[in-house]
Amino acid sequence: MPLKKNEPQIIRVINEEGGFIMSYIEELQKRIAHIEKGGHEKYHQKNEEKGKLFVRKRLELLFDEGIDIEDAFFANCMDDSLPSDGVVTGIGKINGQDVCVMANDSTVKAGSWGKRTVEKILRIQETAMTLELPMLYLVDSAGARITDQIEMFPGRRGAGRIFHNQIKLSGRVPQICLLFGPSAAGGAYIPAFCDIVVMVDGNASMYLGSPRMAEKVIGEKVTLEEMGGARMHCSVSGVGDVLVKTEPDAIDYARKYLSYFPKNFREKPQPMEPKDVMKFEKSIEEIIPENQNAPFNMYDFINRIIDADTFCEIKKKFAPELITGLSRMNGKPVGIIANQPKMKGGVLFPDSADKAAKFIQLCDAFNIPLLFLMDVPGFMIGTKVERAGIIRHGAKMLAAMSEATVPKISVIVRKAYGAGLYAMAGPAFEPDCCLALPTAQIAVMGPEAAVNAVYANKIAELPEEDRAAFIKEKQDEYRDDIDIYRLASEMVIDAIIEPNKLREELIQRYRIYDAKNVVFTERKHGVYPV
Amino acid sequence: MQEVKAMMAGNVWKIVVAVGDTVEEDQDIVILESMKMEIPIAAEESGTVKEIKVAEGDFVNEGDVIAIIEA
Repeated sequence: MPLKKNEPQIIRVINEEGGFIMSYIEELQKRIAHIEKGGHEKYHQKNEEKGKLFVRKRLELLFDEGIDIEDAFFANCMDDSLPSDGVVTGIGKINGQDVCVMANDSTVKAGSWGKRTVEKILRIQETAMTLELPMLYLVDSAGARITDQIEMFPGRRGAGRIFHNQIKLSGRVPQICLLFGPSAAGGAYIPAFCDIVVMVDGNASMYLGSPRMAEKVIGEKVTLEEMGGARMHCSVSGVGDVLVKTEPDAIDYARKYLSYFPKNFREKPQPMEPKDVMKFEKSIEEIIPENQNAPFNMYDFINRIIDADTFCEIKKKFAPELITGLSRMNGKPVGIIANQPKMKGGVLFPDSADKAAKFIQLCDAFNIPLLFLMDVPGFMIGTKVERAGIIRHGAKMLAAMSEATVPKISVIVRKAYGAGLYAMAGPAFEPDCCLALPTAQIAVMGPEAAVNAVYANKIAELPEEDRAAFIKEKQDEYRDDIDIYRLASEMVIDAIIEPNKLREELIQRYRIYDAKNVVFTERKHGVYPV
Repeated sequence: MQEVKAMMAGNVWKIVVAVGDTVEEDQDIVILESMKMEIPIAAEESGTVKEIKVAEGDFVNEGDVIAIIEA
């Protein structure tokens, strides 16, 4: 006899005389319909006002053809007010590939986590682990349900396990976070352990303590946007990677991003139909200024060597002096790390080094070949960056770059000075090749700095009128000494390439290096400079 | 009102606008010289240059205000 105890309020299966008024099938359908609607209508309206879509609508947009399988749909179904316990978990297809997903339902207790919410998230993660499928997190959650804390917070199957699982999944399968609403307190670690975090401007936020808590506990008055908003995280803290205007934009980005990845670390990414390079009036030679110190726009260079419209940039607004993004050449994915001379002279800073380190690890984990485009005056110097620990941040970039075993090509576009050469996969770090354009210049430092460093006293002793001529003479000598043909003769670089032939050269080399299969070294793991 | 700030430490090499000039978004205001590179510092929004707070040859630190632009 079904449902006499704990009978849900909305569904009465038995009438007062004890007779059935609904068939089993009807009851099931009614329950399904109730759960599928999510939380109370007023919360749906509230979300709509903010431009937020209902969780099931999000999933409809995300998958090729809706969610294929869903587990624990009935979680907490004895309580009518908590449909699916505020989270949808299941598997659907993106670009024809099965992926696992967990998606908060913010119409149900603000997407907060109860005991079953956490268990559902853990189970879908463990499914992703068993099947080795990508794992997506569609986050819109107020955090822990304080009333359930003993059941969901501290224990073996408590929320901490979500992060433990994420850490275990990291590098095995792609993990993507789409942030549609808040990701508060402990919940903020879900994005932190994902490969990439896409944030919707105005709605998404991440913070450990809310502005209200900050005021109460430390006395700081601050707005949510300033402290943990999407724009701040995508441009200042670097915890966010991609800033988008709307939820459909976020979903489109995730679908595009995933097309560059294999489903797990055992496989290589799928090639797509090759496309021609974009057509431009100016050739590569024409966009590179002869004066090494004058800026130019590295995006113009990138667009002249990749398949048209294939650049999928990561962290565009964070540390823009270094560009990182996925692209395709002849249809095959290539991860690009490029100095941007137009921003901060292309100098490397602590943030740019961190940005590079994470991107390199991402590509290396999922067998995406790397391309380094160098035009770098070196790492920044001065009090500010030394106090910020630029040495250890730079070391992170060197370590990630050095350890990467995917096909790795470095191209010296213009200058490669000092540790900039090292950080950008210089010859000592086992790139499969180090190519140079005729505009390349490799040195410990540029001619101006070098002549200053070596002859400072001599210059000071000279009469004023002789100084300029002396400096020029020494600079010319220095330039001859670091001449690119001399470096080619010493086999420091592997080839000098005509700029307009670079794309073809790269396509050939990546095709050949595809056979690469190496292990960096044997050990448990390195002791990372963090 | 918009404060145009130095994005990195360096010397003011050239000031390329004058007080009273109308400037567009992304138009260069000053060019710093740092790490032997020319570092253009541009306006983030269009407007009129109200004040220039540096002189050529000055050292500026990251975050220092270089100019003020009124929308």
